[in-house]
Amino acid sequence: MHPAYSVILFTTASGAGYGLLVWLAVSALLVRIIPPGMTPALVAFGTAFALITVGLMSSTLHLGRPERAWRAMSQWRTSWLSREGVLAIITYPIAGLLALAWMYGFGGPILTGLLALATIASAVATLWCTGMIYASLPTVRAWHMPLVAPIYVVLGLATGGVLHNLIGTLLLGTMPVLPTAAALVALAVAWFLKSNYWESIDSAARTYTAESATGLGGYGKVRSLDPPHSRANFVMREMGYEVARKHALKLRRLVMLALFAIPAGCLVLSLLTGAGMPVLLALIAAASAAVGVATERWLFFAEAEHVVVLFYGKDAA
Amino acid sequence: MTALPETTRKKLGLVIDLDTCVGCQACATSCKEWNTAGYSAPLSDHDPYGADPHGAWLNRIHNYEVGEGEAGRTVHFPRSCLHCETPACVTVCPTGASYKRAEDGIVLVDPDTCIGCKLCSWACAYGAREYDYAHGVMKKCTLCVDRIYNETFEPEDRVPACVKACPTSARHFGDLGDPESDVSKLVAQRQGFDLLPDMGFKPTNKYLPPRAKRDATAAGALMPVTAAIKPKGTEAGTVSAKFFAWADRVLSN
Repeated sequence: MHPAYSVILFTTASGAGYGLLVWLAVSALLVRIIPPGMTPALVAFGTAFALITVGLMSSTLHLGRPERAWRAMSQWRTSWLSREGVLAIITYPIAGLLALAWMYGFGGPILTGLLALATIASAVATLWCTGMIYASLPTVRAWHMPLVAPIYVVLGLATGGVLHNLIGTLLLGTMPVLPTAAALVALAVAWFLKSNYWESIDSAARTYTAESATGLGGYGKVRSLDPPHSRANFVMREMGYEVARKHALKLRRLVMLALFAIPAGCLVLSLLTGAGMPVLLALIAAASAAVGVATERWLFFAEAEHVVVLFYGKDAA
Repeated sequence: MTALPETTRKKLGLVIDLDTCVGCQACATSCKEWNTAGYSAPLSDHDPYGADPHGAWLNRIHNYEVGEGEAGRTVHFPRSCLHCETPACVTVCPTGASYKRAEDGIVLVDPDTCIGCKLCSWACAYGAREYDYAHGVMKKCTLCVDRIYNETFEPEDRVPACVKACPTSARHFGDLGDPESDVSKLVAQRQGFDLLPDMGFKPTNKYLPPRAKRDATAAGALMPVTAAIKPKGTEAGTVSAKFFAWADRVLSN
């Protein structure tokens, strides 16, 4: 599948934004890390909303008719893309109220707790819908897998956790053990799921063949003699994108390093060294995770084969 | 709405005969010609006379080589929207621009509400939907909905443009939901089949398999080309060949 930069930016930026909202809401429920008040709330929630908004704006760049994007809210009964759109919009007022409570300190623990729970539910559900857009397509073997939607959620939480650590460190000078450990757990779970995902897409059988696609298997092996056109058409440009296996393996190692190993190493170091160089470590962790998650998302598209390539000369998909 | 109708009163679709299709592209050309002026905005082309010509087509003809050696054959394979009974391209649509009609089962895109997100093209296993880069919306086979009900046409012309154009009658149009229709009988008689049935989209269009090859050793089979007699005097070394070679040299000077 063609890796469109607008969709990569959208899913990674808003993924981290929703993940950050979840950690802010969790800390509102348990123990508040980012202190109450105007500036801390503006920095923390402002970063989350900015990432989400940049992502959503970027996703509309992918559209042929961006001015009609509002129509995408209407078909939530059947379409995961529509559900994602509805939940993405719903999350704004819910998390916005939590941010206002944070800024002005209104509402007791019950109201704040309810807003925090609603923010968590709404943000996680949005991430889940993003994953299900891909996981619900039987036409793409590497996407139609039970791990795909959980990975979208956990990667959002992991990258959001690294961001939460950065903002906390910038505001407080150092980050308490608990949120740092939570971000580490999210990174570890994401690493575990992503490794399993790559193993399963490498080992899963290619069940569809050129013979089953054309129904001509009874006559022998099917080979494409002439394509229907002299140059690549839309279907081939969009669905026929391929990445060389050895490049993909190199990029997977880059993801392992940049998305998981380096950020996790930085977080562990800052825990061990106490107030050593927490800001520098938190910055390196966030920058590395950003490179890592963008590469991960690029690979998620580039490595995915669409079944339609069977009509265009591929043997199996 | 992108929710599918529980049943459709008709199942209009095509039956494509892979035995008689000669791969002439008349259906694809006729489809492009009709639909570039019809239901939706023109089917745009890009760089048509340059190095990278491409554009939106609703019907494309593949050519496959199937089997080995003497048992091998060439199969011409037209591919367009199959107007599935449970089309994922419709249910994934976030805007409701994609829909399946309850009255006849035709799958259509409303060009006025499509946002061009391309998700339907990802959901389709058959590569039937093509994005129009100029119009910014998705294009697909309409089963010539603007021909088949067009009362200004003579009744025999109320068929899709591809069916009308086919010189070998390899394309048939009708109601595949009615077991008594000509197309349903044809499918039953020739063991018509679905493309990628395991995907579960239940295509309405059916394909008729190529018939068994005639036995090459049987009486009446064509003589192999190698045994054909070559016209005399063309082999190198004969007097006339040397003469024409000399003439060619002289005239070239």
